[in-house]
Amino acid sequence: MSPDLRVSFCGIELEHPVVNASGCFDAIAARRAFGDSLVDRFPFAAFVSKTITPEPRAGNAPPRLFEAPAGMINSIGLPNKGLAGFLERDLPQLGFLPVPLIVSVMATSREDFAAVVDAVSRRPEVAGLELNVSCPNVHSGLIVGEQPAETAALLEALRPLTEKPLIVKLTPNVADPVAVAAAAEAGGADAVSLINTLKATAIDPATLRPWLGAGRGGLSGPAIRAVALEQVRSVAAAVHIPVVGMGGITSGADALAFIAAGATLVAVGTESFRDPAAGIRIRDELGTAFGLAGAAGPGELRGAAAAAPANR
Amino acid sequence: MTGSVSGALRPVAPFGRRLAEVTANRASGGYRVFSALDTGGPSPAAGQFYMLAAEERWEERGQRPFLPRAFSVAGAERQGGGIRLDFLVEGVGPGTERLCALRPGERLWLNGPLGRPFSRPRDLSPQAAGAVLVGGGIGIAPLAILRRELSGRGFPTRVLLGFRDREHSGGVGDLFTCEEVRLASEDGHAGHKGYVTDLLGVLLEGDDPGSGAVYACGPPGMLEAVRVMCGERGVACELAMESPMACGFGACFGCAVPLASGGYMRLCVEGPVVRGAEIETALVAGAGHR
Repeated sequence: MSPDLRVSFCGIELEHPVVNASGCFDAIAARRAFGDSLVDRFPFAAFVSKTITPEPRAGNAPPRLFEAPAGMINSIGLPNKGLAGFLERDLPQLGFLPVPLIVSVMATSREDFAAVVDAVSRRPEVAGLELNVSCPNVHSGLIVGEQPAETAALLEALRPLTEKPLIVKLTPNVADPVAVAAAAEAGGADAVSLINTLKATAIDPATLRPWLGAGRGGLSGPAIRAVALEQVRSVAAAVHIPVVGMGGITSGADALAFIAAGATLVAVGTESFRDPAAGIRIRDELGTAFGLAGAAGPGELRGAAAAAPANR
Repeated sequence: MTGSVSGALRPVAPFGRRLAEVTANRASGGYRVFSALDTGGPSPAAGQFYMLAAEERWEERGQRPFLPRAFSVAGAERQGGGIRLDFLVEGVGPGTERLCALRPGERLWLNGPLGRPFSRPRDLSPQAAGAVLVGGGIGIAPLAILRRELSGRGFPTRVLLGFRDREHSGGVGDLFTCEEVRLASEDGHAGHKGYVTDLLGVLLEGDDPGSGAVYACGPPGMLEAVRVMCGERGVACELAMESPMACGFGACFGCAVPLASGGYMRLCVEGPVVRGAEIETALVAGAGHR
């Protein structure tokens, strides 16, 4: 019997546990590039949008990319059409999606965050929201996702606005991601997703100045996988809400490791840049891996790594 | 959908990357031209590009090259149940060095054809009576397939190519027939001693601005010079550009090029062929293969 990959996530029924990392796949641009063949073979069980902010953003000055060993550094700067542009222009174009839509949102004050969450969550096309908290609160000057108290206060402000799932995207650039995850759960989050990129810099060898236009960026790809696995395992062991695990996943074996570490869903980011259909391949490899492990589906192996190390 | 020089709608890639067998790899002056047989995609239009990575010894041991590399196609011919795609490459970093070392029989991951192709001359300038192709260095690649498409449609085409030195100009005959090309070289070994944009300046002096359409590909400094010259003279131009690109299909937002109207475009989906008047500058930070 082939494994059943279906999974229930915060009340959303998904065909399998592989989704995209926010900002790493643009379904509208991909449909232009690949036509209907994208829709016929959509690579993810849910589509997570790029982060939407209250006002349009142009993004950072180039260069925005630097290839690193087993990964890349980016400083894209969240270019997007803003809330109104997203609702009026992008959301109608996403009607072709054969999977649920999760919209990533960000703002720099609780009031602005609330306005975006309220407007986006009212749309029937939207199944859930991911809160990008790797941003400063203009009132406190603190990065929300680096502070358990800020994170909890933000969730307390947003939670009453919608019954749709709120997923908090955690930053790895903290001493104790578990404390932030616990604060998100206490504030009413339905799930947490991790990890975002690790702060990183590239130096131009010719000028010895920062390569990236924004000076610094975030590292992604297989280079960060081991860090991500540890953070996912620690967080999953500490919270009682589902975890979306990501960080350098390139194969079904990688995805299985994140599920064993406690992830309910896994997200593919940088690998989709190399292989646009990576999500399909990883799903298929994951099915094979479950079969080899004698598991009927993801639930049987989830959190296997919470146990003590295996005796060898 | 936009019309390309071939008159076809913009060809659309099948979703995902696919393997293609390398059928040839030969020296061409200071560069290499390698060919791969694509049995899974449509014929590209001039100006479109592919994301390329070797099947083996790419991200080996977790090192670079990690990302695929974007290459404009230099030639495309139906052959043996597929399409033979030709690419021009120079080894200037771990990715391009690996591509230079490809041997016939090895396989290549490719994703494409991607991006916006060159426009027809009369879509650029309604009165265009001829096209002027301006290429610099490895940027001659997309102009080679463009020249063949224009010639196939009987459109008068003048070709101006510039190179650093004798080594780099040595392969021009592989992609162009020599009698139709006017050369410039920085070291003066062939043709005009100086830049290809000097030749363009002389040529534009004698032309009615509306009668021509300029197509250019080359290093950022050359493209910016072409863009400014054409803008000042009211000559329509299209530039095939380059910007650091991780994905090639609009996902990574890395290949930002500043727009004349403010903000940025994603070169992979809005380009790589852009109109000169669309952009603020062709001097894109970080351009160049590695």
